[in-house]
Amino acid sequence: MARITAGIATSHVPAIGAAIDLGKQEDPYWKPVFEGYEFVKEWAKDHTPDVVILVYNDHASALMLDIVPTFAIGFDDQFLPADEGWGRRPVPTVYNHIDLAAHIAEQLVIDEFDITLINEMDVDHGLTVPLSLVFGQPEEWPCKVIPLAVNVSQFPTPSGERCWKLGEAIRNAVKTFPEDLDVQVWGTGGMSHQLHGSRAGLINEKWDKRFIDLLAHEPEELKYITRLEYLREAGTEGIELIMWLIMRAALGYGVEEKHRFYRVPASNTAVGHVVYETKS
Amino acid sequence: MPRTRLYPLEDLEDIPGTKVFTAKASRQAYHLHKFCMSLMKAENREEFKADERAYLDKFKMSEAQKQAVLDRDMMKLIELGGNMYFLVKIASTDGMSALKAVSATSGMSADEYAKMMLEGGRSPEGLRSIRDRN
Repeated sequence: MARITAGIATSHVPAIGAAIDLGKQEDPYWKPVFEGYEFVKEWAKDHTPDVVILVYNDHASALMLDIVPTFAIGFDDQFLPADEGWGRRPVPTVYNHIDLAAHIAEQLVIDEFDITLINEMDVDHGLTVPLSLVFGQPEEWPCKVIPLAVNVSQFPTPSGERCWKLGEAIRNAVKTFPEDLDVQVWGTGGMSHQLHGSRAGLINEKWDKRFIDLLAHEPEELKYITRLEYLREAGTEGIELIMWLIMRAALGYGVEEKHRFYRVPASNTAVGHVVYETKS
Repeated sequence: MPRTRLYPLEDLEDIPGTKVFTAKASRQAYHLHKFCMSLMKAENREEFKADERAYLDKFKMSEAQKQAVLDRDMMKLIELGGNMYFLVKIASTDGMSALKAVSATSGMSADEYAKMMLEGGRSPEGLRSIRDRN
């Protein structure tokens, strides 16, 4: 049977991808950011899954204009990195695990999550930057990736509680997939940031750190944070943290925290990152 | 039955200096955003750069939106319904970083803004609620 063995959360700041692609990891500005990912790069060598379910948001690259699904699964065989205005990132094509993606899509609908299937799309920095941070710059990504896109941009977004329930439903779906697969769930985005207006540049370190403190062992505390509180406390884009809740819920009750990291700034954003292994 | 909610939706307008990107804003900016997303193709970026006005006239944007694009007035574009994830594609076409594009909506100079970020960002103190002034 398939099983979820670990979860990773990380910010997905586009400038981090540009810094990797342009070889700027040693620059004084970027070095302290990349140092926070040295652990996961080593860890990933012994913990390469068969499939990553990668929870992210599209940044007006494939979605948001004509179609705004609340939850959507990428259902193409492969996904190219999107051209977000400066050419495609020089990173490998992302390959899907269609059988598991189809199973999850079916199970989610049965569990009353009316998921959208996307048969063709490119994937933007929201998906490719986390892959680069964890796997570095390989010729091919070492595993299959199922993109799971969440609307965190156009209000109303799903609530944190709804995201939690989606994570639980993903957990149940994976557990009932007959093939023997090692699956990880990654939650991306965040932490506090706001990208417009006189509050642009908002960072709430205290609030972010409490979020990380509670996520491993007392995540129930985080489930009921309202959309309004995310906006007020973590900024209009800080609400991306609801995607971390999907990851955490998918891991089940007990997790072992292997690593945590927090750093301000990367571009406009507070960078947060955790690595969890499941206990069961 | 009246619907119970955790907070009145009007509270979304109670955050200082913040325009929440709602379905209505998305509609208001649809053609502006269609233009922004067209810049995801290299040939379109070239066409836009060669004659900005002519390129913009291919889209059903309002005159105010077209003028704000020509002026690179990010603050105005946000006011006219724009969302940064779309607008940043104009900045990328210009070879401008997201940091600079965002700073342009804040009323600060790019240097001041970059310095503020290096020093830990903007504190939320006093910026959570217009009503509660906290």
